[in-house]
Amino acid sequence: MSQQLYQQVILEHNKKPRNYGDLSGHTHKAEGYNPLCGDHLWIEMILDEETQVVQDIKFKGDGCAISKASASLMTVAIKGKSIADAEVVINEFKKMAKGDLNPEADSNSLGNLKIFSGIWKYPSRVKCAVLAWHAAAGALHDESSVSTEGGS
Amino acid sequence: MDIHKIRQEFEILNRRVHDKPLVYLDSAATTLKPRQVSDAIRTHYALEASNVHRGVHLLSEKATIAFEEARSSCQKFLGAEHSEEIIFTSGTTAGMNIIANSLGQSGWISAGDKILVSEMEHHSNIVPWQMLAERVGAQIEVMPMTQTGDLDLERIMPMFDSRVKLMAVTMVSNAIGTINPLQDLIAAAKRQGAYVVLDGAQAVSHFKVDVKALGCDFLCFSGHKLFGPTGVGVMFGRKEILEGLPPVFGGGGMIRTVSFSGTTYAELPEKFEAGTPHIAGAIGLGEAIKFVEAIGFDAIEKYENKLLSFANDELSKISGLTMIGTARSKVPVFSFKLEGAHPHDIGTILDQEGVAIRAGHHCCQPLMKFYQVPATSRASLAFYNTTEEVEALVKAIDQVKEVFK
Repeated sequence: MSQQLYQQVILEHNKKPRNYGDLSGHTHKAEGYNPLCGDHLWIEMILDEETQVVQDIKFKGDGCAISKASASLMTVAIKGKSIADAEVVINEFKKMAKGDLNPEADSNSLGNLKIFSGIWKYPSRVKCAVLAWHAAAGALHDESSVSTEGGS
Repeated sequence: MDIHKIRQEFEILNRRVHDKPLVYLDSAATTLKPRQVSDAIRTHYALEASNVHRGVHLLSEKATIAFEEARSSCQKFLGAEHSEEIIFTSGTTAGMNIIANSLGQSGWISAGDKILVSEMEHHSNIVPWQMLAERVGAQIEVMPMTQTGDLDLERIMPMFDSRVKLMAVTMVSNAIGTINPLQDLIAAAKRQGAYVVLDGAQAVSHFKVDVKALGCDFLCFSGHKLFGPTGVGVMFGRKEILEGLPPVFGGGGMIRTVSFSGTTYAELPEKFEAGTPHIAGAIGLGEAIKFVEAIGFDAIEKYENKLLSFANDELSKISGLTMIGTARSKVPVFSFKLEGAHPHDIGTILDQEGVAIRAGHHCCQPLMKFYQVPATSRASLAFYNTTEEVEALVKAIDQVKEVFK
């Protein structure tokens, strides 16, 4: 049961999150906060204006295993991508988390992010999974603060 | 106390979640409802639906009698002297807001006055007072607590001076289960002529609450935390105070006469009950009280104390588990943290095992800040729980540890 949600990849990224910490010289940043459960994270990016590429990205913060692993995997997925491609994957992830995209049936670029495909069966945990992705979208558009409450 | 017989009255305890028997350990959020409560609500709507205090027809009279009987049940339940001291509200939060607004309008609290609120309060016993304080220019002063989760009386006592106009404090902490000793605090408040507002939401399901013995001026509780329906609650206020306070909501039912040259208000309790009340809710609450009283608080306390010490022993054996709140006197509410696992992950994994707990800040962000945790996992028990269910909780926590090892 819980193994379905807490797969090894998620547990491993929770324990050893990638791209964790401060990013000096960042050009864009956003804060993600879920006031209902207290999950709180910050994302910093270096966007290359010329090539329109996410050169580097880091996150830090506190939260449950789902939100932390999701944030870690998000940084891995987005780093090196063009802004346009990053936006595609962000939107796909958000759709999948809500159950509006089936990664097995619908075309997508989610790759190993598919491990979150069952999250929609845990409605109270969807917000944990998407927090970092909302924040990433916010950082791309240079919105300083993103909350899971009051719209997306 | 025949636990088997009691459990049969809660149909929901027969159900399964995720194909496991339900182990309901979230009674501090809301208690389960016995059959006689849901039956009474159904009967009202199905066979007796009618408004109160209005019609001359049979059904309206029946509804009025049932509604007022519920009020007397609440009066006796709280040991109040007069039935008109029982104001039906939509819950504890509504009661607190009515008191704050009415006292604010009355001028009882003004610029420079102090309102004492404890550090362990639920947001519903903080925010209405903050809103009032901001409106009138009063100050909120925080009554501190200790690491064990007790009120720090040594530091609190010197806080009482002539500027203190009101003390708002909970009888039992919803987050960590502390039963607060209130005698000295109430006496100290009274010496300054301050009003005492008690949050009884978590207390009323665990032990006998007697407003006269306590000597409080106001006390609020919610029906749904006393085995009754949601959307109904009680605000108790001493008659001599309520009589002098202005109503907060205007409308039908709370008036004596209305004219465009001026309106006069009804007597207590109607003055504070504008609009059609939650009739079915009050009737359901009255039934819940009957149910609890038939078991009796002597038996309930004795049984719950056994659950409390059993759960304390079992949970403290779990390595990596830290109990938050270890007050001398507690109801069976257990907030804890578990090394390496976030409360929300614990909540989800426990749920998969059929064990329902709450994970979060429990509407007590100042208390979370005090303990420097963003959230806790909380198992909260009532008299329908068993030691076997505590064992199921312990086993489910082992599962969590397995996942996060």
